[in-house]
Amino acid sequence: MAGVLVSTTINGDAVDFACPQDETLLDSLRDRVGLTGVKEGCGTGDCGACSITLDGRLVCSCLVLGVEANGREITTIEGMADGNKLHPLQKNFIEHAALQCGICTPGFLVAAKALLDRNSNPTEEEIRYALAGNLCRCTGYDKIVRAVQASAKEMRRKR
Amino acid sequence: MPQVKLTGKFRAAADDADTLEIEARTIRELMTRLVERYPLMDQHLDAGIAVAIDGEIYRDNWSVEIPPDAEVFLIPRIQGG
Amino acid sequence: MGHDTSYTDQEFKVVGTRVNRPDGIDKVTGRARYGADAYAPGQLVGLFLRSPHAHARIKKIDTSRAEKLKGVKAVVTSADLPDLTDGNRGLLDILENCMARDRALYDGHAVAAVAAIDRQTAKRALKLIKVTYQVLPHVTDVDEAMKPDAPIVQEYVATDGLPSNVSQVNQFGHGDVDKGFAEADVIVEKSYKTEQTHQGYIEPHACLASVSPDGSGELWVTTQGHFGFRINCAQLLGMDMAKLKVTASEIGGGFGGKTHVWVEPVALALSRKANRPVKVVMDRDEVFKATGPTCSTSVDIKIGAKKDGTITAASAVLRYQNGAFPAIWGMLGAMTSFACYDLKNVKSVGYDVLCNRPKVAAYRAPSAPMAAFGVESTMDLVAEKIGMNPVDFRIKNAAKEGTLASYGPTYGPIGIGPTLEAVKNHPHMRARLGKNQGRGMACGFWFNFGGQTCTDLNIGLDGSVTLTVGTVDVGGSRASLCLIAAEELGIPYEQVKANVADTASLGHNDMTEGSRGTFSSGMATIFAARDAIEVMRSRAADMWEIPLDDVIWEDGQAKAVGKKHGNLPTLSLKEIAAKSPNTGGPIAGHNEVVADNAGVSFASHICDVEVDPETGATKVIRYTVVQDAGKAIHPDYVEGQFQGGAAQGIGWALNEEYIYGDDGRLQNAGFLDYRIPVCSDLPFIDTKILEIPNPTHPYGVRGVGETSIVPPLAAIGNAVSNAVGVRMDHIPMSPPRILKALEEQNS
Repeated sequence: MAGVLVSTTINGDAVDFACPQDETLLDSLRDRVGLTGVKEGCGTGDCGACSITLDGRLVCSCLVLGVEANGREITTIEGMADGNKLHPLQKNFIEHAALQCGICTPGFLVAAKALLDRNSNPTEEEIRYALAGNLCRCTGYDKIVRAVQASAKEMRRKR
Repeated sequence: MPQVKLTGKFRAAADDADTLEIEARTIRELMTRLVERYPLMDQHLDAGIAVAIDGEIYRDNWSVEIPPDAEVFLIPRIQGG
Repeated sequence: MGHDTSYTDQEFKVVGTRVNRPDGIDKVTGRARYGADAYAPGQLVGLFLRSPHAHARIKKIDTSRAEKLKGVKAVVTSADLPDLTDGNRGLLDILENCMARDRALYDGHAVAAVAAIDRQTAKRALKLIKVTYQVLPHVTDVDEAMKPDAPIVQEYVATDGLPSNVSQVNQFGHGDVDKGFAEADVIVEKSYKTEQTHQGYIEPHACLASVSPDGSGELWVTTQGHFGFRINCAQLLGMDMAKLKVTASEIGGGFGGKTHVWVEPVALALSRKANRPVKVVMDRDEVFKATGPTCSTSVDIKIGAKKDGTITAASAVLRYQNGAFPAIWGMLGAMTSFACYDLKNVKSVGYDVLCNRPKVAAYRAPSAPMAAFGVESTMDLVAEKIGMNPVDFRIKNAAKEGTLASYGPTYGPIGIGPTLEAVKNHPHMRARLGKNQGRGMACGFWFNFGGQTCTDLNIGLDGSVTLTVGTVDVGGSRASLCLIAAEELGIPYEQVKANVADTASLGHNDMTEGSRGTFSSGMATIFAARDAIEVMRSRAADMWEIPLDDVIWEDGQAKAVGKKHGNLPTLSLKEIAAKSPNTGGPIAGHNEVVADNAGVSFASHICDVEVDPETGATKVIRYTVVQDAGKAIHPDYVEGQFQGGAAQGIGWALNEEYIYGDDGRLQNAGFLDYRIPVCSDLPFIDTKILEIPNPTHPYGVRGVGETSIVPPLAAIGNAVSNAVGVRMDHIPMSPPRILKALEEQNS
């Protein structure tokens, strides 16, 4: 493989990897760095299971090339908890049974965190539209929205 | 004696009969008697048969007893998703 | 192993509470490992070459250039997969679907596969494989496929001695429908069509296969049933089952689509040829084209009733498209059509029809939703004609205990009446409707199955309990199983940990389908726990040196009963476990059961929609599910099944369909154009769990997972029809179809 060296920061840690120029960041994260929490559901940016943030912006990692991550900051689901303390979203997803098979859960958590980081008091409609880029086939989204609402409330109280 | 009703391709294997009277105390006995009478049923047994006895569908347990006047249905082994 | 499985109507301490699931933390942190999350040293990437033709004879496959490409370690075609099925047509069909033999039978049918050191090399290798096709005429529509001049899909399928695409016809019912229709005051006769949909699980099929030269192998795979996969893979590859260890990964959705092997036998064949592990991960395009969607259908329904609302006769003719391989989907449609009703004269005829489309697999209560769409839409039409409220009309004709079901057997205690009464009295029915809004309701039925189950329960030295089951956890069943074990043993829920074992560690377990996971493994857990309790009673008796009969188990403790032993302090599970090395060794319980009598399940749904008359777009504004669960072990996850099934039904009713071109190729094999519901499409989905105990389960549990997908097509069909004033008869009711229906009405 004629690879390109990529230097990034992932979840606060300096990480280097090499990848071919046409490889997606999704594949680089999973196969080169070993962070399999990010999932491929479609490969075309339609399902959101591969959601990460890139320099603070929510993106589908299947629509970003591995080489584009050079010099940039990435956060994935693996960086969401603070040590062994779960983020309120993670805790509430469990408590509100907002996951069944769980494959879409990492993507939803990253997307929901991106929402709450910019809007601490979203309406139900705002939550639904912010998460419209993440597909779930098991839950019908009901308990997911409730978990996000509960998390927003909890996070506002802590401020 | 249990009344045994057949559906679809089972009927073809049983000379087009849709109801049979077969003396049997368990599902296993029923199957044995059925194949004795209609050897063509053997291929359907391999593919899987479900048995409904008075309302309950049994897919695998051939030791289940058949009450003397039960209504028994034979259908291909159905499954869900 | 005769255990009494009768309902015991007991009070529960932990069953029924909403605890956190044990696999929750792994799933919210990304630690949980699914099908594509396994890696082996030296692993190769496996990719498939697929037919671009809907129907073609494969005249020649030249793999020589691909084999010579540097980095390619194996190339496989049907030549590497000899027919070892010994005349078993069903098994040969499975093999042929995994890899085409002399013909490609649908767009996307696998014709070859390669294993190479990386994805780029594998892709280049696929391009170097030269396939010589002779394109043949194809047929993709179910009604076209039944015409006498239709292209024949499978040469071994015949009707009355002549080659045809109708693989089976099955009839169910009783009474005399002609006589019944003659007695009716009102008859409605209508035809309906539903298009093909896919289960749409977010996780594509994936596996890691590793076969050694001595014929042993390992398979890590996302599946609804690893034991079933082991059987099929071993049979198709000529391996000993005991030598093939299959481990189920966490599963990212299945809904029936992961009850069949698709890529796994070929992955194993590649690994065997290359002598290296081979990882195969399907891409989304392949999932749509080459796994198992559900049937498209065409049905004719006729219902006759008296003015007082009594149905005098009902008949259905149903044509279900099976894809390229015969199965029994039409038969299931015929069985479920009128299952909700108490009918004197009823007849359902189901046709199973082949087409040049992918092999159909089960989709959550397979075949029932389509039949229910036709029947429940017609029920509304009849109710309207006689001027009766649609709920009351259904209540009047609802099946009950003692009803002779339309598919044959007689019902025990069932929940259709109670769900309809609950719907009638639900506040949703009284909510006001606005402009362009309509309300619809519908009911549905599904069987629920039991099956072969095997469970181990081991008590550790510290009293913590390991529950080992073989049913794959698709939606949170490990929480329910731990609740059941905790309930039986009398210990806290947190003291129990459930694992799904691989095929080497446990006896056979059937697939997680047919809503059987919690029901079957739950039953086996109850009896494994009781087994362990017997052991602990005996250990306590030994420790106290008193007769076994004087020891009871209560609240997680052994207690000595009787005047003689009144002063003996109780022995907790922890204390007995700690002493187990000296009282006889490890304490374990085990159970094998072929669980049966999972109970039939009924649901009634209410739906409000708003249809934009300019665009034809429909928004679901309110949705309520009422379903009988027998006993909800973990109410959150029962609600989750209700909501998930409803959401799938909503997508199916309004937007999802396979679109085929005239060339027989699938045009929308991705999530952009195969549009499943997103978060902003849906409202909160209200649920009401009824608990009418199943008399043949100790806790009264019924299967719950599937029934919720049965009513939505019709509930939404009725709601949309009421909103726009035109009867909708073609699913999905996408905007173009609604606009067309409005246009036709106005002209």
